Amino acid sequence: MSNWIDIAALDDIPLRGARVVKSHAGCVAVFRTAEDRVFAIDDTCPHKKGPLSEGIVHGDAVTCPLHNWVIDLETGMAKGADEGRVNTYEIKVEDGRILLDGARLLARSAA
Amino acid sequence: MSQKLVVIGAGMASGRMLEELFDLDADGYDVTLFGAEPRGNYNRIMLSPVLSGEKSYDEIITHDADWYAANNVTCRFNEAVVKIDRKARRVISAGGVTEYDKLVIATGSASFFIPVQGNDLPGVIGFRDLDDVEAMLQAANKPNGKAVIIGGGLLGLEAAAALNEQGMQVTVLHLMGHLMERQLDPAAGYLLQKELESRGIRVICNAHTNAIVGDGKVEAVLLEDQSTHPADIVVMAAGIRPETRLGIESGLHTERGIVVDDGMQTSDPDILALGECVEHDGVVYGLVAPLYDMAKVLARTLTDEVAAFKAPEVSTKLKVTGVDLFSVGDFGDEHEEIVFRDPGLGVYKRITLKDDRIVGLVMYGDTSDSNWFFDKLKTGEDISDIRGTLIYGSAAAGVDPMAAIAAMPDDSEICGCNGVCKGTIVTAINGGATDLGAIRAVTKASASCGSCTGLVEQVLASTLGDDFVLPAAGGICGCTDLTHEDIRQIIKSRELKTIPALMQEAGWKTSCGCHVCRPALNYYMIAEWPLEYADDLQSRFVNERNHANIQKDGTYSVVPRMWGGMTTADELRAIADAADKYNVPTIHVTGGQRIDLLGVQRADLPDMWADLNAAGMVSGHAYSKGLRTVKTCVGTDHCRFGTQDSTGLGIKLEKLLWGSWTPHKVKLAVSGCPRNCAEATCKDLGVICVDSGYEVSVAGAAGMELKQTEALAKVATEQEVMDLAVAFIQLYRERAAYLARPYKWVAKVGMDWVIEQIVDDVENRAALVERFEISQSVYRKDPWAEQATPEYQEHKWADLADLTLEAAQ
Repeated sequence: MSNWIDIAALDDIPLRGARVVKSHAGCVAVFRTAEDRVFAIDDTCPHKKGPLSEGIVHGDAVTCPLHNWVIDLETGMAKGADEGRVNTYEIKVEDGRILLDGARLLARSAA
Repeated sequence: MSQKLVVIGAGMASGRMLEELFDLDADGYDVTLFGAEPRGNYNRIMLSPVLSGEKSYDEIITHDADWYAANNVTCRFNEAVVKIDRKARRVISAGGVTEYDKLVIATGSASFFIPVQGNDLPGVIGFRDLDDVEAMLQAANKPNGKAVIIGGGLLGLEAAAALNEQGMQVTVLHLMGHLMERQLDPAAGYLLQKELESRGIRVICNAHTNAIVGDGKVEAVLLEDQSTHPADIVVMAAGIRPETRLGIESGLHTERGIVVDDGMQTSDPDILALGECVEHDGVVYGLVAPLYDMAKVLARTLTDEVAAFKAPEVSTKLKVTGVDLFSVGDFGDEHEEIVFRDPGLGVYKRITLKDDRIVGLVMYGDTSDSNWFFDKLKTGEDISDIRGTLIYGSAAAGVDPMAAIAAMPDDSEICGCNGVCKGTIVTAINGGATDLGAIRAVTKASASCGSCTGLVEQVLASTLGDDFVLPAAGGICGCTDLTHEDIRQIIKSRELKTIPALMQEAGWKTSCGCHVCRPALNYYMIAEWPLEYADDLQSRFVNERNHANIQKDGTYSVVPRMWGGMTTADELRAIADAADKYNVPTIHVTGGQRIDLLGVQRADLPDMWADLNAAGMVSGHAYSKGLRTVKTCVGTDHCRFGTQDSTGLGIKLEKLLWGSWTPHKVKLAVSGCPRNCAEATCKDLGVICVDSGYEVSVAGAAGMELKQTEALAKVATEQEVMDLAVAFIQLYRERAAYLARPYKWVAKVGMDWVIEQIVDDVENRAALVERFEISQSVYRKDPWAEQATPEYQEHKWADLADLTLEAAQ
């Protein structure tokens, strides 16, 4: 079951940028693309754990700042020849507010 | 026996609803229609053509007096309903009390007046009805009238174009970064802005309105940047607000709009609602197509049929004569996109695909196939078979890769060194110079630094057609086939001042580039338009965004600047204190004569900077494609062999150059004598002091490659050293490809040419110094001080949220 948590205003994240949400399950990077779509994925590159939230956002992908792996924000999969994936989380925007599904993020803390 | 139906609001939604109702059951209801306007239903969408003078009011009437009479509708126009008495099932208006069995609310929406001082001054008008149009036309009658439109969305731009057509001086103030940002992406927004500007309309994006000022009537609009825009009228087109007052006051469930179910019924079963005043499934609609769908459903609900409103795909078309624009669906970044640009014709098309189906579409400049695409979107057709030619539309037309070059006017400069324009080259080609060598011999184009070779070849190709075979030149990334040099030349000659503008004019194959091209383009814009272009942090690599060097574990290194490698006991104490306070695990002395604090947590950066700032230190830019260090020896201050004040000169150079952005990093050194303790002869620019003056050399390397510098000039004064250094760096800034160190760039253009440019040509040297200084007026500043503020703390450094504080469910 979803557990939508209002985390911030959409405008709190720069266009083509990301910011981090802390959780007991680790840091989650929340992205805002050029066209105001939002995505939430683990802030940890599957390659060498680079902070994806610090990467350059282009289209629906982010390039990891450490070794230029390109991660698809929608699927969490590494693009191109690289293989790996990160967790993705349900997220949506309503009335300019970003809502993140806390079901897994909060549940893990209870476990 | 017929029931009594009262309809509040005589607009397009209720008009269509009545048509549907009478089609289903002409006699089921006795209809009373209230309208606040003194007239019946007209096609509100066509107000723009009325405003521009292309249509008259009579032409846009949809229901005239005869129609209402023929259908036995009792019209109560110019009479607003002030109250709904739900218990007694009656409405109250100026004319008294009217009873109903069923009530339909269709009060539509009102212009949203932004909440600033002066928004109620006479002359501030919305753009919703004929009265607004008449008020605008009256203002347009006055010679040299000025109109300011607040809002660069659909409505605002239609008003702007129409008033411009009526002879007014029009300024559009738009809050967002590009026009119609809800329907268009930045590329299409750029083309639209260009078109409107070519008609004489001023467009200001990122415009924050501070106040509307005037004495008794509107006189000007004041922006947050303190600029003032004179206005005889101000048109509020910043959005609409559902007109929900009656719903709220009568206690109907109302959110942003009056909430209705799938059958358009409100929380009171005898009251229905439709149009812009309602909210269905959390969405409020402002375009006509969904309103007509609502009308169909509501009429069926009234006749006891079961019908359900479903959120439709809505498309947008701007009704400005001569502007072809179409937008539909989700044009956000889905899985895949196909982009087509024809810079010559100003055409931009973008299709977004998901699972081989079209989910979104933006077209600008050529919308001839919009319905063909829209159809495929609505039907969800699998397009995998025609994907290769899909973007060319139903006719699968061809594409000209030379369009960017062909579109250049004849007087745009191709060769900056020798001042050769495209027209001169074309004339030479037509005169028989059909290869690069011949062009160089005849026109001198690309005969100096050679960086425009690619462009000259493309002029050859576009002029000669099939007779010329273009040598394969690699694009800078998968987004373009153009080389760095081509891109720089296009930015300059076509005066492109934003990344979306460049991407459009140069035919980018992606909508917003990638991690390879965006940092390069951001640099080129900064270098070419230092005063006009706003640095885009999101197009920068993490180090230059966070002003620290990211390490393999995600921590950062912090290097304060030590001017000329000099420091003091106080500075060292402050550094040691910072190292203690922020638990710095590693302290390293760098090869550039300063101290590197490694292993700093991201969250500690701003506080650490503030501490270092307080001790008088600034960023060392140890992370930037920019000036890094000026290494020195102690020179005549202490050394037995020193010939000049090498430390003093090094500090002067560093204070002159710091903060500047360059294609790649730049390191300097000044040695006090030929023993060269500062190792100046393997730097990007090195100075060796001698008894009679200074030997300046450039283009050394001591990284992946090892290369000694090459002599540039020997000069007598410190001032000449500084001028030469600045001129060299500025020339490098203006000409080199992004990520090419100076030695690589010099190898390409030749040392002779560099000497010609900055040693022999004294005027050119002075001009380069001047341009550098203009750029430095913006960039010679400490980014640490800038970002160690509460504002940056809140919007950048802090976590967006902390769920560890939330209780588990």
